[in-house]
Amino acid sequence: MELLNQVTQFVISGLATGSIYALIGLSFAIIFNSTGIINFAQGEFVMLGGVLTIFSLNVLQLPLAAAIVVAVAVTTVIGILFERLAIRPLKNATPLALIIITIGMSILIRGVVMLLWGKDTQALPAFSGTDPITVAGATLLPQHLWIFGVTVMVIVGCRLFFNHTISGKAMRACSFNRRAANLVGISVGRMVLFSFVISAAVGSLAGVIIAPLTMTAYDVGVMLGLKGFCAAIMGGMGSGLGTVLGGLILGTLESLGAGLISSGYKDAIAFFILLLILFIRPQGLFKKGETERV
Amino acid sequence: MLSLSGIGKRFGGLTALDGISFEVGKGAITGIIGPNGAGKTTLFNVATGIYPPSCGAVVFGGKDISKLPPEGRARLGLVRTFQNIELFGKMTVLENVMVGLHTQSGSGLFACSFRMPWQMREERRIRERALELLEFVGIPELADVQAGTLSFGKGRLLEIARAMALEPKLLLMDEPAAGLNSGETADLGDLIKRIRDLGVTVALVEHDMDLVMDICDHLVVLNLGTMLAQGTPREIQDNPAVITAYLGEE
Amino acid sequence: MRSDRIKFIVFALVVLLLPLPLSGGYLTNVLIFVGINGVLALGLNLLLGYAGQISLGQAAFFGLGAYGSGVLTTQFGFNPWVAMVVVALSVAVFAFALGFPVLRLKGHYLAMATLGVGVIANIAFNETVDLTGGPSGLSGIPNLAIGTLTFDSDLKNYYLVWCFALGMILLSLNLVNSRFGRALRAIHDSEVAARVMGVNARLMKVQVFTLSAVMSAIMGSLYCHVMTFISPTSFGFSFSVEILTMVVIGGLGSVYGSILGALLLTLLPEMLRTFQDYDIIVYGLLLVTMTIYMPGGLVEGIPALFRLIMPTKKGTEVGNA
Repeated sequence: MELLNQVTQFVISGLATGSIYALIGLSFAIIFNSTGIINFAQGEFVMLGGVLTIFSLNVLQLPLAAAIVVAVAVTTVIGILFERLAIRPLKNATPLALIIITIGMSILIRGVVMLLWGKDTQALPAFSGTDPITVAGATLLPQHLWIFGVTVMVIVGCRLFFNHTISGKAMRACSFNRRAANLVGISVGRMVLFSFVISAAVGSLAGVIIAPLTMTAYDVGVMLGLKGFCAAIMGGMGSGLGTVLGGLILGTLESLGAGLISSGYKDAIAFFILLLILFIRPQGLFKKGETERV
Repeated sequence: MLSLSGIGKRFGGLTALDGISFEVGKGAITGIIGPNGAGKTTLFNVATGIYPPSCGAVVFGGKDISKLPPEGRARLGLVRTFQNIELFGKMTVLENVMVGLHTQSGSGLFACSFRMPWQMREERRIRERALELLEFVGIPELADVQAGTLSFGKGRLLEIARAMALEPKLLLMDEPAAGLNSGETADLGDLIKRIRDLGVTVALVEHDMDLVMDICDHLVVLNLGTMLAQGTPREIQDNPAVITAYLGEE
Repeated sequence: MRSDRIKFIVFALVVLLLPLPLSGGYLTNVLIFVGINGVLALGLNLLLGYAGQISLGQAAFFGLGAYGSGVLTTQFGFNPWVAMVVVALSVAVFAFALGFPVLRLKGHYLAMATLGVGVIANIAFNETVDLTGGPSGLSGIPNLAIGTLTFDSDLKNYYLVWCFALGMILLSLNLVNSRFGRALRAIHDSEVAARVMGVNARLMKVQVFTLSAVMSAIMGSLYCHVMTFISPTSFGFSFSVEILTMVVIGGLGSVYGSILGALLLTLLPEMLRTFQDYDIIVYGLLLVTMTIYMPGGLVEGIPALFRLIMPTKKGTEVGNA
């Protein structure tokens, strides 16, 4: 009984962090699908969300809701600058150049944040207190509910955007075939910029809602980014349910592994899964393989 | 020499090749023709192992090579050139041909890094042979030029020299005359005949009918992924089905 | 061919004579690390600049070398030279086996996979406390020695490290100008065409991956004996990125460029002492601006700038008949 309770608890906190991985995975997939770029600085958007919220709250003395809006907005602007300064200048860049550039941007952002706010780990207060809620024998934190709620909202929002708006459909068109999209009058350049905007917003939001649970600092982006990427890979780099499932599975496995086996190797679990999937099913867990036309 | 039996290739829902069977006879020049989208280039890609076939078998020199990767087929003497020449643009013309001699040499990582005497000898041999091959296609003066800066016509010649470096038994050429002017095309025709005279079997995909009729001993006509006809150039010219495929129904 | 030889001899002479005016001071110490970092960058450059395959896990192999030698000598009483050979061979086997699944991946996926390998290795260094001492590090590693000559001063270590480095530079120069190097560059330019030319692209990629891993591991062994103390922070993701930065700055596909990149990036933080932790901002800026504006690195960039400032005779155009 004791063990069962424990496992339930691990699963709940695993699903919460898994939701975060899912959101970050989505933000990876959004950029990848419209540009073919894996943005190695994706984790920095997540970090910026948390750090900027804390800054707005503590230094600018804004109320929490406003602080969050400011943080997400500023991160989105950084996303725009990122695309303008680092991605756009390079026409016909090789994947290698893009990898190196986004890594460069990633450590640049990290360095600037460290310069401005130091290396200390900071905590964001939970959105609605820390009194645990007991549901059917398991204990939830109010923050867990926030995480689940925001995640569902973002996923539904993305779905509506990509399936039911002109801009969303245009972005999907770009992901299928950029040349053809361009020919029917879609401005591919603008769609690329859009994808950075949405991706930065989603990523930073993930960073905001996780900050009260895990604390945040200038260097949390690397790990969170990599795990989000892992979720996206599990979902086959789609911006749909596969990535969400990938994130949830990863979060749960990690939480169970850390709780039941060894907490020191918690971070290694995600990477073992990542490597296994890349080696065995690079097309993702839920997709059927397809011959690629050369 | 090369025999294709029941080759099919699908990309998702699209059937690019459907049950193609024919033989490329030894020592001859075989032309593969057909309208755009007939599946000619796909057929080459399947024959050289760039795509696996969805069904059917590729037999080369009596051996089933359907499962062999491109490099394995190259080692057996099945070599190709590309429609949009695929040179190693950042390397010199001579180095391009020397890469072609890769299978004709054997020094590995250790021999190369320690400059073993036999590796040095091999290197000299490769270099001389590469120059001979440039001589053969008529561009020895370009040896030290970066391959990426060549004109299309010269690039084509280099690609042929590089392919010949592998000492092919069968040379597959994908639209060798594409992008060449009429003078260059005529020279190319002569070059292909000289290659045949060296005992190399040649198969080519080509749109330039004058060239095809001039040099080919045997023609295979593809249309929409199936084989429409085969025979001598004369027979093909008179074949009503071929004429319909090219000109459309009245 | 001949001018390559002369270039190398001049380079070697400079390296061997350089410590004399420095008389074993602080700068000699820094130059030891230029040698180590130079070979690390060179190893990555063979993989990235020549074969066109990225690795973000180079620090892991460097760490395996350092911890391998450190643990074998302190915990199991191995002779340091024997330990170095054992470790280099083990890393070779490991990298070769790892290379087959890893190098099937391309581009971004390859980058992520190698990064994953690097992170896992770093976690292992931290968590296997019984062997490695965990986060607090491993100390008491002996210096290397030949007979009664113990490499215990900066000057001796300088010559030790640079002898290895010069050897590896020479071997790399030979390699890139050979059948093997040509095949690597061919794979970089067009993998399909290289394979159609009979180049076994997969095997060659794995071989060069293994070579770069072994070079890194040997440098790791030397590093642990020079330092006599190691801790996991020296072998993390950020160090892999630092090695990458050296390669990009020096010049992708240039042997001497790797050394130049290592020299700059090793001296830079030393010169910017007050800058301390913020050197990563500089790395970031360098990676981005170099990739956009000087993709050939300094080795190509400096002569290009020179030509820009002092336009001399017009370049002769060839080949476009």
